[in-house]
Amino acid sequence: MRKKLRRVGPPLLLLAPSLLLLGVFVYGLIAANFQMSFTDNHTAAQATGQAPAAAVWFDNYTALLATDAFQHSLLNLLLFTAVFLAGTMAMGFGWAWLLEKPVKGEGYFRSIYLFPMAVSFVASGVVWRWLLNSNQDEQASGLNRLFQIIGLDFLQNNWWNNVTFGIIAIAIPAIWQLSGYVMALFLAGFRGIPDELREAARMDGATELQLYRHVLFPQLSPVALSALIIIGHMSLKSFDLIMSISKPANYQTKVPAVDMYVFKSSFDYANAAAVGAILLVIVAAVIIPYLIHTHREEKR
Amino acid sequence: MTTLLEPIGKKTPPERSATSPARYAAGRTARYAMLLLVVIVVLIPVYVLFVTSFKGAGDASPARAWALPTTWTLENWQTAWTTLAPAIGRSLQMVIPSTIISAFLGSLNGFVLARWRFKGADIVFTLILFGMFIPYQAVMIPLNQLVLNLGIPNGIPSLILLHVVYGIPITTLIFRNYYTTVPAELIEAARVDGAGMLRTYWNVLLPISVPSFVVVLIWQFTNAWNDFLFAVFFSSSQNGPVTVALNNLANGALLQNYGVSMAGALLASFPTLLVYIILGKYFVGGLMSGSVKG
Repeated sequence: MRKKLRRVGPPLLLLAPSLLLLGVFVYGLIAANFQMSFTDNHTAAQATGQAPAAAVWFDNYTALLATDAFQHSLLNLLLFTAVFLAGTMAMGFGWAWLLEKPVKGEGYFRSIYLFPMAVSFVASGVVWRWLLNSNQDEQASGLNRLFQIIGLDFLQNNWWNNVTFGIIAIAIPAIWQLSGYVMALFLAGFRGIPDELREAARMDGATELQLYRHVLFPQLSPVALSALIIIGHMSLKSFDLIMSISKPANYQTKVPAVDMYVFKSSFDYANAAAVGAILLVIVAAVIIPYLIHTHREEKR
Repeated sequence: MTTLLEPIGKKTPPERSATSPARYAAGRTARYAMLLLVVIVVLIPVYVLFVTSFKGAGDASPARAWALPTTWTLENWQTAWTTLAPAIGRSLQMVIPSTIISAFLGSLNGFVLARWRFKGADIVFTLILFGMFIPYQAVMIPLNQLVLNLGIPNGIPSLILLHVVYGIPITTLIFRNYYTTVPAELIEAARVDGAGMLRTYWNVLLPISVPSFVVVLIWQFTNAWNDFLFAVFFSSSQNGPVTVALNNLANGALLQNYGVSMAGALLASFPTLLVYIILGKYFVGGLMSGSVKG
């Protein structure tokens, strides 16, 4: 027993500060958040502790999920995620594919493709808000004006002001920002494939298409999975970009993360916590299987 | 998690092409054309930011939206600078300590989880990693209460704490992945020489950790600098970092003056771009040397 303690004790002691912090700030607060979401804490007086709050269990959740407004948020989230994921994966793969074969100035291309990642969503939101301006024809600026200049007038549209599909317009800057990162992941994936594998496939008479389908794609699938997980969980948490391009009060582009902010701002803590908890459940449904999967992979 | 941040490896040698030289050359030209097209698309927003930030009020007509300024003026930059300078200072005060502290904690954790392992180390690691993926919205309400109860002032002090705490998972991941590539013999040799855990860390691991520190510093610096979620919940426009100030500037009284907000957006992006330009080479170098490979 004492021997075991001596073996486990020191490393745990070194981890202790971090474990303590994460225990409180991640796991403890998640529990506290669930607790808050089970109460009827909807007013400023309750939020500041001047009025009592009672437990109502799942009432907030059922009420939220029944409203059109929140369903709209969830649908927006789904649309946004689908377009964001498809866009970054396609761009990221395409750019990596272009750079994969020897290219002069690869470093420069790579840096330019990656640079939007260094910029905050708040800063890029400033320019994208202008680019995605909904004014058309005489009043057009931004991309609508660009379409006029190059003679593609029919492409003009009202961007994020469209009630049903407006959220897709917000996915464009998100794709712009993160495609370079996905490219870097895929490029690393390409570089990690041993040349012998390609050579062997070519020797066996595989066509370029067969080479990709049977040799390169299977080798790239772990990278693709990582990229999907990273972009996917970022997408579910999206907040900055929407806040800086449209406004929190805009129905067209609201998502749960924005709802949470709006509820919190109006001291409706119980609903804010419930929205946060719903987001957590969605993220956890994706992340926990992934973490278990990688945990098993590493054991092997 | 091994592929989370993979190194960008060496170039593959030029491959022998079965196609004719003419077709090969055409293919290459097409490739460069596409590469350049991507560059243009990526840089379009930069062109707009740059050009608009130098435009005077007279250039505001939509018809001239994509044109160069008729007269170049620094007015927007001056306005943006006076508005944002204090917040840029606060952002630096926030980002530097939080980056250093979370990097150090991550390096300690990474060492233990990779090289001074105990039973259940992998489970502990997975539990730490989960903290990286949680939507912070799911802790925000009680977090607010907790920070208040701890008596930490709103604004930069509380933001430092939050960036340290929620930075631990990613820094731990990066260091752990790097330390797993350190040969076991190195650790064994230190052990045989009678070095304990801390000595081994201090004398053996820490001196070779530079590549990982660079990667972590860039990552954490950019993350904390660009954060808006914590900033908007835990600070006001008077004591907030630059993202909050920029957001207020862009939506404030100068709403229709795109020139000022765009100059502000460029100003607010300089530090991260600078870090990226100066350390970018080492970043890729760090990635290549396997610092983030599992």
